[in-house]
Amino acid sequence: MFEKEKIDEIMKGRERWEKTTLPKWMEQRSERKSEFRNHSDMLTKRICTPEDIKDLEYMRDLGFPGEYPFTRGVHATMFRGRLWTMRLFSGYGAAEQTNQRFKYLLKEGETGLSIAFDYPTITGYDSDHPFARGEVGICGVAVASLKDMETLLDGIPLDKVTTSMTINGPAAMLLAMYVAVGDKQGVPREKLGGTTQNDMLKEYFAQKLCIFPPKPSLKLVTDIIEYCTRHLPKWNPISISGYHIREAGSNAVQELAFTLYDGIAYVESALERGLKVDDFAPRLSFFFASHNNFFEEIAKFRAARRLWAKIMKERFHAKNPRSMWMRMHVQTSGCTLTAQQPLNNIIRVTIQALATVLGGTQSLHTNSFDEALALPSEQAVRVALRTQQIIAHESGAADTIDPLAGSYYVEALTKEMEELAMEYIQKVDDMGGAIEAIEKGFFQKEIADSSYKYQRETDEKKRIIVGVNDYKTREETYPIPILRVDPKVEEEQVTRLQKLKRERDNRKVKEVLEKLHYTAEKDENLMPIIIDAVKAYTTLGEICGVLREIYGEYKELIII
Amino acid sequence: MQSERKIRVLIAKPGLDSHDRGAKVVARALRDAGMEVIYTGLRQTPEQIVETALQEDVNVIGLSILSGAHKALFPRIMALLKKKGLTDMMVFAGGIIPEEDIPEIKKLGIKEIFGPGTRTKTIIRFVFENVPKRT
Amino acid sequence: MPKTAEIAQGILAGDRRSIARAITIIENNASEARKLIASIYPHTGKAHIIGITGPSGSGKSTLIEKIIREYRRKDKTVGVIAVDPTSPFTGGAFLGDRIRMQELSTDQGVFIRSMATRNYMGGIAKATKDAVKVLDAAGKDIVIVETVGAGQSEVEIIKVAKTTVVICAPGLGDEIQAIKAGIMEIADIFVVNKADRENANKAVMDIQAILQLDNKEKAWKTPVLKTVALTGEGVPQLIEKIEEHRHFLETEIERKRSLGKAEAELIEAIKEKLVSSIIDDLKKEGKFEEFLQKILEKEIDPASAAEKLLHEKLRKTPYEGS
Repeated sequence: MFEKEKIDEIMKGRERWEKTTLPKWMEQRSERKSEFRNHSDMLTKRICTPEDIKDLEYMRDLGFPGEYPFTRGVHATMFRGRLWTMRLFSGYGAAEQTNQRFKYLLKEGETGLSIAFDYPTITGYDSDHPFARGEVGICGVAVASLKDMETLLDGIPLDKVTTSMTINGPAAMLLAMYVAVGDKQGVPREKLGGTTQNDMLKEYFAQKLCIFPPKPSLKLVTDIIEYCTRHLPKWNPISISGYHIREAGSNAVQELAFTLYDGIAYVESALERGLKVDDFAPRLSFFFASHNNFFEEIAKFRAARRLWAKIMKERFHAKNPRSMWMRMHVQTSGCTLTAQQPLNNIIRVTIQALATVLGGTQSLHTNSFDEALALPSEQAVRVALRTQQIIAHESGAADTIDPLAGSYYVEALTKEMEELAMEYIQKVDDMGGAIEAIEKGFFQKEIADSSYKYQRETDEKKRIIVGVNDYKTREETYPIPILRVDPKVEEEQVTRLQKLKRERDNRKVKEVLEKLHYTAEKDENLMPIIIDAVKAYTTLGEICGVLREIYGEYKELIII
Repeated sequence: MQSERKIRVLIAKPGLDSHDRGAKVVARALRDAGMEVIYTGLRQTPEQIVETALQEDVNVIGLSILSGAHKALFPRIMALLKKKGLTDMMVFAGGIIPEEDIPEIKKLGIKEIFGPGTRTKTIIRFVFENVPKRT
Repeated sequence: MPKTAEIAQGILAGDRRSIARAITIIENNASEARKLIASIYPHTGKAHIIGITGPSGSGKSTLIEKIIREYRRKDKTVGVIAVDPTSPFTGGAFLGDRIRMQELSTDQGVFIRSMATRNYMGGIAKATKDAVKVLDAAGKDIVIVETVGAGQSEVEIIKVAKTTVVICAPGLGDEIQAIKAGIMEIADIFVVNKADRENANKAVMDIQAILQLDNKEKAWKTPVLKTVALTGEGVPQLIEKIEEHRHFLETEIERKRSLGKAEAELIEAIKEKLVSSIIDDLKKEGKFEEFLQKILEKEIDPASAAEKLLHEKLRKTPYEGS
């Protein structure tokens, strides 16, 4: 992109500047730190010039939005055509309460739903199971049966609204329930749109919500991909996630590399199942975090797009351009929020959200400022939504595509992150793949080390967290109302569930569970039988119970 | 020759909460401070936690919970510790625990709550200063 | 804090708190520990002590969990001591072995205790031997000692265990490691875990080939078994083999070996007592400090200093060896 002579000229200019102008300034005042490093421990240069991107070739490395390698965006018009989906992760208490919260957010301008389930639901236990005591509806909505799902989606037109479900182990069951509600509403299955997270690999080393061991889990994931490819063409069967990897303590490069590697593993699994890459790849979606270092995050999103496109084209020989698209949802980073001086979190979320928009996401969740204290209150979640709306309509950031392209710094950073991620990918390949690496504890060790390093740097004040290890204030001057879940919720949910179990056709339930057992042992795709099961009002726990018997339960490998 | 007395700590995650980043960082920090740390992984019931504390004869128990279920789980754990005669073990907690809940939790016998943003040095010092003396 | 005598009573009654307290005493307080062991020693000898060692990644802990379950199915009570290394730099330790066995922690027929090596070499902790005695005296039918499995020096386990089981997994490169490390010699039973892997059969054959040479001389021919710890496959056969070995130990040949073991233990105990009392004396007399200074000032080397000190000391004792 640059002529050699020009680069030489600039180099000479920089060297002169470093010998003459710069030292004069350094004498007056040395720099704030001896070294500036980002979260991935990459050295942040004082200044970047065309020298840093002298090998950049516009058409090869950047191209145009909507065209390979998609660095500048997967859609040709990006936000000029349609803004990113403003989709706020929500759920608490019982289905009815969350239904209200959904309606509130839709009224306030949210453009897609995202369901947060409670711990018993995401670990595959019914609300009346002994493990569920004290946990029902506390950090998400309790869904134990189709009845709960019907209440949850009451009055919500599934042909008009897309829904993301953060569910992994029991993903098949929750998807089945969603399909059943769609059927009841009379929405043709081809029109149902949404996402199931359904990314089990990262559970083993990051989010830790595993039910079954890796091999059967991967089988279930692939069942869902296969079923959606054939029957739910608008549904994203999987959201290959880096968010949880980052929240568990990894740095940005690791988040990028491990997520892409999981993607590679899923593509391989689907291919082994007999699916053709161009049939399922267009519906693979991704989920990243947006952390504090503004430019590092933007570079990460761009590197992710370019790297995934290359992987799909070169490694998997995809022909359909849509197979090479990296469509992503991003959530601003929860672990960066502080309990001290919660209002500061609004600023953090704004910066992280802006980075995401400049990074070209398809969908965004912004955290609420009180989330280091509790689940978001109505007031707080409204501010989170407004943050996105203000960026969209007032800042101009959404009016041009990939505005930071060409920045010497951002392009250099994008390239470096891509290369570092590739090194990790090669390493895991050499190890024998994702499951091998998980069993060896490779990802876990990398994450534990990054996480420990981050804490040490914070303890030693090498990393400043405003309000926490510096700029502290004794008292909070702004009282925050905290969301509390009424303990009666659990009681009522348990009563409801037990009533359901009494009143449903239990013979049918027994039959379908037996059929499930039989089908699972034969190693067939379980989606159809699970849909039948949920329609008979078999509970989540009952279905998971049968599968636990067959697949066994997973015991984690601990690396600190 | 006698081996030096070591502080034995149990770091436990009660309930279904799967956020273990903090628990693991604290476990590692306490180990690096010279303590013997038993970490029992995720999804521990109150019964498992108390039984482990008994068998391991720990001096200190650290409970980590970010799911909000502390209101149900802490009382059960403290009651079981009492029942098994383990009241000489010092218990502290950490995670996402709203300030208003703290007085009630301390009344149960939990000595201190360490919220988000606590330095590991603070926790280490607290354990050294508050580990119950055994004869 | 209950007295040592009370704790000893508690152990014999099978009281779990007493067992736990006793092991702590053994780790921390040598003189109290001696008293404790003295009172419970007559009640030991009934448990079968199984040492299990192997490199990390071999699935040791998962296999042990299955072994415990199998014994529990047969109505046997089990004690477990899981040993992990103490960091030589910080003095701390991360004791994570019981994670795999946590579901069993509330089974009143199972007692699990984690111990750190506290820089004792050889794969176990100095206190492990005595901790095993506590579990034995408390009436446990089986005591399993899981040791640090890095390979080279994990041979101390044979001093504690009656049956030593060495576990490896195919493809970890262990087969070679095991040969290098001398761990082959200590195995009474060799287990190739993760036997559902492709190279499992080859691993079994490689190990059998090496063992054949040793086995020729031995009365007990070390077998190589296959297990899949995740599913429990092969575990009943492993238990059977352990029982077979246990019967073998009751034969004449083995009684001789036990005699040898007891002799070694006694000699070790004497050595320790002797050395520590000599050093205590030298310290009391100030001679120890004196010579330490001389060494620091390079006036004398450590070996010569020892000779001088002992020459003086031994000449003054009534035990005049020539």
